[in-house]
Amino acid sequence: MACFRVILATNENLLFFPLSVVDAFRKKEYEAAVKIQSWFRGCQVRTYIRHLHRVATVIQKWWRSYLGRKCYQHKIKLAYHDMKMNIYNAMAVRIQKRWRGYKVRKYGFNYYYFKEYLRAISETNDAVREALDEFADMREREEKKADLEREEKKRDYAARKMHYLLSTKQIPGVYNSPFRKDPDPRELRLQKAKPLTPQRHKAKQKRPHSLSSWLACTSTRSFPRSHTLPPIDRKQCQGPFRDVSDVLKQRYKPLEPTLRVAEPIDTLKEARSEFRRLELSRNVQENMFLPFSSYHKNERYVPSMHSSTKYGPGAYGYHRFRDESPNKWIGGKDFQTILPSFDLFSKYGKSYSKAGQIL
Amino acid sequence: MSQRQVLQVFEQYQKARTQFVQMVAELATRPQNIETLQNAVGVMSLLRPLLLDVVPTIQQTAALALGRLANYNDDLAEAVVKGDILPQLVYSLAEQNRFYKKAAAFVLRAVAKHSPQLAQAIVDCGALDTLVICLEDFDPGVKESAAWALGYIARHNAELSQAVVDAGAVPLLVLCIQEPEIALKRIAASDLSDISKHSPELAQTVVDAGAIAHLAQMILNPDAKLKRQVLSALSQIAKHSVDLAEMVVEAEIFPVVLTCLKDKDEYVKKNASTLIREIAKHTPELSQLIVNAGGVAAVIDCIGSCKGNIRLPGIMMLGYVAAHSENLAMAVIISKGVPQLSACLSEEPEDHIKAATAWALAQIGRHTPEHARAVAVTNILPVLLSLYMSAESSEDLQVKSKKAIKSILQKCTYLPALEPFLYDAPPNILKHVVGQFSKVLPHDSKARRLFVTSGGLKKVQEIKAEPGSLLQEYINSINNCYPEEIVRYYSPGYSDTLLQRVDSYQPIIN
Repeated sequence: MACFRVILATNENLLFFPLSVVDAFRKKEYEAAVKIQSWFRGCQVRTYIRHLHRVATVIQKWWRSYLGRKCYQHKIKLAYHDMKMNIYNAMAVRIQKRWRGYKVRKYGFNYYYFKEYLRAISETNDAVREALDEFADMREREEKKADLEREEKKRDYAARKMHYLLSTKQIPGVYNSPFRKDPDPRELRLQKAKPLTPQRHKAKQKRPHSLSSWLACTSTRSFPRSHTLPPIDRKQCQGPFRDVSDVLKQRYKPLEPTLRVAEPIDTLKEARSEFRRLELSRNVQENMFLPFSSYHKNERYVPSMHSSTKYGPGAYGYHRFRDESPNKWIGGKDFQTILPSFDLFSKYGKSYSKAGQIL
Repeated sequence: MSQRQVLQVFEQYQKARTQFVQMVAELATRPQNIETLQNAVGVMSLLRPLLLDVVPTIQQTAALALGRLANYNDDLAEAVVKGDILPQLVYSLAEQNRFYKKAAAFVLRAVAKHSPQLAQAIVDCGALDTLVICLEDFDPGVKESAAWALGYIARHNAELSQAVVDAGAVPLLVLCIQEPEIALKRIAASDLSDISKHSPELAQTVVDAGAIAHLAQMILNPDAKLKRQVLSALSQIAKHSVDLAEMVVEAEIFPVVLTCLKDKDEYVKKNASTLIREIAKHTPELSQLIVNAGGVAAVIDCIGSCKGNIRLPGIMMLGYVAAHSENLAMAVIISKGVPQLSACLSEEPEDHIKAATAWALAQIGRHTPEHARAVAVTNILPVLLSLYMSAESSEDLQVKSKKAIKSILQKCTYLPALEPFLYDAPPNILKHVVGQFSKVLPHDSKARRLFVTSGGLKKVQEIKAEPGSLLQEYINSINNCYPEEIVRYYSPGYSDTLLQRVDSYQPIIN
């Protein structure tokens, strides 16, 4: 400022002094002006540039922030996509896992089912084994029982057969030794048994041997036999009986049926068919002889005696005896009953449903 | 001469004839007389006119004598055929009384039983039609003998059976089954069995006549011989095809037939197992049905309770069931079939039963390592190997046991059972054993360790294998599981090499 004032001062002097002096200062002033201008302009330009820079920074700032956001968003998108895909994949794996498991279990091999199946089989096996064992046991028991029964029967039969060994009051039997305390169990059996009546052998009507034994000749009597003959070695019976020969004759006498019994019941029928057969063999015409076709036309109808009598059929028996003929009635009224009606009968028909009730 | 004297002559003659035929019939019962009767006397030509005698008793007894002679051997039967006796018999079979019918049917039966040719001769005489008519007879004895004769004719071959079927015998036999007489039932059932055994068509004919339902009802009959025949008939029907087997199964035989496996009679047992086998062999479904009904357990128990040939069908049945699928094989295993089979294998003396057992075991063990393990655990492999190696075994047994060993080994991962095989197996089996080791060892560290300590690795090194062969490859892959030093340590001749190194070593002396 001081310098400036100097210049101003000098400039005043120049107005008053000759131009030479001005010239002497001109160059200096010029240079100063240039300097001032350059300074000023420099400031101006610098300010402007600074301004420009500031503006550019703002623009860049915004642009860069825009780019940065864009990039960031892109990255986020990618990351989000990745995340989504990961989840999807995981879910897909889950679905596939389930599906494959299901498919294999359904169409391929199902371990748990298989285990269950094997368990079921072993259970069934145990059950079957048990049932079969039980069955076999039952069979065996039944057989044993049947055997025992057979034995029992045999012993009973033997006891009946040897009933004569039974001890009496006077004489002890074989099985009832007096030196023992208790009688033998066989003695008790003998006591229970009924003595066997001696059997006369019956004439067996049926064939004694079955076919198989007959064909295989297991028995000596393998031929079909004729009827048995009456026994010869019959002893004389004790008692007031008739002579054996008489009895036997009576017994083995052939059947002499009466005529009615001897004849078959359809003898008439047979006789008829026999007759027909004979006729047939003699060529006798069996068809009835029919009259000529016009013969019956001039035949007069002869009514029966009952229908042709002029008196007509008697009425007796045709009409009922209790016929009512109201035209013959004298009065239109019924008889009056003197006694009151019988109580029981008046209830008749009304009390059917009361079954069992005493009226 | 008086009339009485004349009659007496005839009476004597008749008595003599009667006595003659009766004596011949009695003599024919004893085998030692037959030779004399045949050669010295020429009894055929004497008996033949007596078949046409006026007295029925003589006819019958003559027929009986002929039957007994023909029953004895096929020469005599042929003599009956050549003597033209059959047409007479057939002719009178239709005419005479029931005793004669029985005797004539007996002759036919005795002739037919020897050979198909003789049976064919009877068929050619037209005997079938009259026999079938006899089946309709009122008397059960006649029916029985006629059915018997028909059965003997039908059992020879398919043509003869077809002839019997064509004569219309099957429906009548089915009726005979329903008769109350046990003997008749038995024979009719055995006839049906004989007829249906030849071909599926014949079996189908029997089925079409409705025999199955009646047969199935009689399974529970207390008579053992009847049960035998019934079960045999059912198995002969079921053996031909799946359809027939299904028909048999549909008659609801299943829980019932298992009771027969517990029967006292051996043959009932055998026929029942045969029936189950014939049903099981067709399809996996039928086998499954049997398994579900508990049939496998019953059969296994049955195998345990009897000996010899009675066991055979049961053993085969287990094989068939196991062959169908791995599940069924597993069912056999959990029904404790394998110990039972291994017991059979070791205690049976007969080769064919052993062969069947080996086959059944192969069918059980060939499916998966689990199955093979179950078989190997019972220690059956050494037994099979010894059967295979033994010179006394039949060829079939050797083949079967080799197949069994092979198919079980190829699945077996149970190393303790395999290890003995390294020492005493022939090369063709050793290959499979080493192969199994080479498959298992790379994946199992414990087994690797055990393999070394038990000396298996040493044994493997000693095996001489041709370079490039399969065996060599297996050995290499086993060796690759171990460090090189160990392999070298166990190689034969390693100590010599070490000693050589000692010899050639120059000690360093300062």
